[in-house]
Amino acid sequence: MLKRFGRTLGALATAAMIGAGVSGAHAADDTIKVGILHSLSGTMAISETTLKDTVLFLIDEQNKKGGVLGKKLEPVVVDPASNWPLFAEKARELISQDKVAVVFGCWTSVSRKSVLPVFKELNSILFYPVQYEGEESERNVFYTGAAPNQQAIPAVDYLMSEEGGGVKRWVLEGTDYVYPRTTNKILEAYLKAKGVPAEDIMINYTPFGFSDWQTEVAAIKKFGSEGKKTAVVSTVNGDANVPFYKELGNQGIKAEDIPVVAFSVGEEELAGIDTAPLVGHLAAWNYFQSIDTPENEDFIKKWHAFIKNDKRTTNDPMEATYIGFNAWVQAVEKAGTTDPDKVIDALIGVSVPNLTGGFSTVMPNHHITKPVFIGEIQDNGQLDVVWQTPGLVVGDEWSDYLPDSADLISDWRAPMSCGNFNVKTGKCGGS
Amino acid sequence: MTKLRLPQPFLVLLLALMAAFVLARPATAADIHPEVNALGQGDYAALEQAIGALAATGDPAAAGILDALSNGDLYVRKSDGAVFKATRAGSGYTLIDPVTGTEAGSAGRSDVTKIKVNNKIRGVVRAASGSLTLMSPDPAKRYSAAADVLKSGDPAQIPLLDEAISRESDAGIKRVLEQARAAAVLKSDLPSADKVAAVAVIAARGDQDALGMLTTAAASDDPAVKAAAEDAAASIQGQLQLWQGVQNIWYGVSLGSVLLLAAIGLAITFGVMGIINMAHGEMVMLGAYTTFVVQETIRNHYPGLFDWSLAIALPLAFLVSGAVGILIERSVIRFLYGRPLETLLATWGVSLILQQAVRTWFGPNNREVGNPSWMSGTFDLGHIAITYNRMWIVVFALGVFAVLMLVLKRTPFGLQTRAVTQNRPMASSMGIRTPWVDAFTFGLGSGIAGIAGVALSQIDNVSPNLGQNYIIDSFMVVVFGGVGNLWGTLVGAFTLGIANKFLEPYAGAVLAKILVLVFIILFIQKRPRGLFALKGRSVEA
Repeated sequence: MLKRFGRTLGALATAAMIGAGVSGAHAADDTIKVGILHSLSGTMAISETTLKDTVLFLIDEQNKKGGVLGKKLEPVVVDPASNWPLFAEKARELISQDKVAVVFGCWTSVSRKSVLPVFKELNSILFYPVQYEGEESERNVFYTGAAPNQQAIPAVDYLMSEEGGGVKRWVLEGTDYVYPRTTNKILEAYLKAKGVPAEDIMINYTPFGFSDWQTEVAAIKKFGSEGKKTAVVSTVNGDANVPFYKELGNQGIKAEDIPVVAFSVGEEELAGIDTAPLVGHLAAWNYFQSIDTPENEDFIKKWHAFIKNDKRTTNDPMEATYIGFNAWVQAVEKAGTTDPDKVIDALIGVSVPNLTGGFSTVMPNHHITKPVFIGEIQDNGQLDVVWQTPGLVVGDEWSDYLPDSADLISDWRAPMSCGNFNVKTGKCGGS
Repeated sequence: MTKLRLPQPFLVLLLALMAAFVLARPATAADIHPEVNALGQGDYAALEQAIGALAATGDPAAAGILDALSNGDLYVRKSDGAVFKATRAGSGYTLIDPVTGTEAGSAGRSDVTKIKVNNKIRGVVRAASGSLTLMSPDPAKRYSAAADVLKSGDPAQIPLLDEAISRESDAGIKRVLEQARAAAVLKSDLPSADKVAAVAVIAARGDQDALGMLTTAAASDDPAVKAAAEDAAASIQGQLQLWQGVQNIWYGVSLGSVLLLAAIGLAITFGVMGIINMAHGEMVMLGAYTTFVVQETIRNHYPGLFDWSLAIALPLAFLVSGAVGILIERSVIRFLYGRPLETLLATWGVSLILQQAVRTWFGPNNREVGNPSWMSGTFDLGHIAITYNRMWIVVFALGVFAVLMLVLKRTPFGLQTRAVTQNRPMASSMGIRTPWVDAFTFGLGSGIAGIAGVALSQIDNVSPNLGQNYIIDSFMVVVFGGVGNLWGTLVGAFTLGIANKFLEPYAGAVLAKILVLVFIILFIQKRPRGLFALKGRSVEA
């Protein structure tokens, strides 16, 4: 009796599940699913959780305006847990099981590289919102963060200028992985092209999560006290920044003497430190929370209302996500469908307002145009703009300063449709 | 129309007030308002000139105004271009006349703009205010002014420096002033005899900054100056090489103390009790978060107690981590004694649970834990700079070690612990409640990890990942030092710290760490029981 009851219950449950599945599929018809692939646990959760919230916020805003193509957007959130192979699995799950129209996700370059084959194979779209080392252009990926020429090179230009202090000696300090190594390679070639001798460039790498900076900071101090104006270009990533800045402050390195310009330190990272000893150190980004435009003010106000915490900061990858999301919405409306092939074609040339008072355009190389800002750290943990590029800078995917990539260009419009066209050999397919 | 008319009464009132202040000032002092207002006009180049002009007035208020400028406290009123010191008040600002220091009404957020300064301007301000305060009655101010002028080395300051030197009574300040004068002379076009004398003054400093100045001077065209500077630079270089060695030892001791703190709790749970506790790092993290909660409470309710925050956090962190440790021991580990593999997996699971719990509760971001005033800054010992926070952590680590030794060797609880770990059945038959001793020993190890967290919160991130960064290092230290021996942990921690810091300048941080690991692997091959192996029958049990 009991057994039969159990079986009936099982059958009922199965029926209910099928029913739910059917109704789920039915519901999917009048919504467009948007995949969110950001780590919510593990080491990268510190940075990526905010971006998950940002996409949810943007979807919420878009739905208030009536959605896209008359359909509501429905977020599908997965947690790849800072585990690179899991990123690929979760991407596959999003595209083939959940049938999402587009994915917003990834932070580290290695996670992006791990999902690339999946997006190519299943032909879907990824929006990647973080500054990265360049040297890549894929048909299925849109890069809304900065390429090296939209962050690193303008920062160095600023420091070299009279206004930035006329720096003559350079310390390139980075965490030991692909982004700092490639960026530093580009910067080293650029500095040498500008006539900086090799003995005036010091390159040093430290492991992930490095916390004992005494020796490194002492070495910087020594390198900087040899009579020429010195600056540090920091590609130190994530958690290692806090002890680095604490040690700088403790050893009394003032920004007037040796300024540090960082590419991975934003409002979010500064929230964990007392910034009073760091006033004057620099960061180069395409967006700062302190930028005073009506668009930005509106964005911050709505973001605080959505997240229900008016102390939450905004940062550059959030703006990149904002630009990417709006570009996708506009392209879908232009194409009249969410079909990836049509949307990918429609995205090129789409121009959407950014938060700093201008427009960002998606270029044929799947990168976007952005202004570059240099900000100084303030004692309230914000960054104040001290310099900006006169106009917009087009993201350059293949750096002109690396011998391997100087001859490559990317153009995803027909008839070229190639991510690594070699102008010397006239062939698609790299150097 | 109405929009235009509205602020008028306000403006009139303000002007009247300003006039009153100007009139109230002693008639002898010249009015420097025009110079101050010039700060708000034009770009950085114009600002630089305006700073020079303001400093040239020599007005007693000028130094304070320049200070406010470099702190970003000066604002320009858009309506009339007047410059004010402003502080945030609600949605607007309260304006203060920078010359008189009296309140001058208020302004809305969009009525004023901040005078932006960059690093170059800060440098100019530092040099200018240095020259203004050289003759201040406050010795501390005079000292920092002399150091500022020394850094800028501006030849135009030589007459002023001469005057300051002749008036100075404090020998220490006088020396810095003379060095500042020498630095300025080196950059000036005075005759070479003066410059050679200046080289000798600078060389007497004997530090890194002196070396920098001498290297610049050695590039001079004058052969006499060049030779003197090169000789002096070479002798300083030799001395500094020696100091470099001392500095490496100090950095090594400091890294060793951090390793010791992280490992000492593990030396009890793993070393004495034999439990492979992968959640050890999370006990450290809990201690750091306890510090954060204590500081947050103090900041919000008793700001005056901030310097005591660490002293208050220490016992609380011990209790929190210790209690969590006892809970883990009672609920998980006690069922797994003698099964090291299962213990490893279970505690690994516990560590993930604790991390995600903290991430959910406090959020994934770093939390700000401040340094109390007595833990910030540096002091010079010879030619090496020692940071206070590192120094106190070395003292603290040794203190914790000593207290732990006392507890284990001199108290009944320590006696029972040692008895249980050496021979459990015998201890049990002597009437010792072994399960409780196990629980409290594990609690003691965890509690010590907790107080390590208080110290580590001063130099590292307080984030859910804090513990993970230390777990491998902790095991490394305990295994290297010899399982079951606290002295081994002490020696192991300092050996690894110093070895690492001596390798780092030559091999870089990444390679240094790899080399140390390779060394440990080779060492363990030779001596599987570590530096100080326990001997006797208990080892085999």
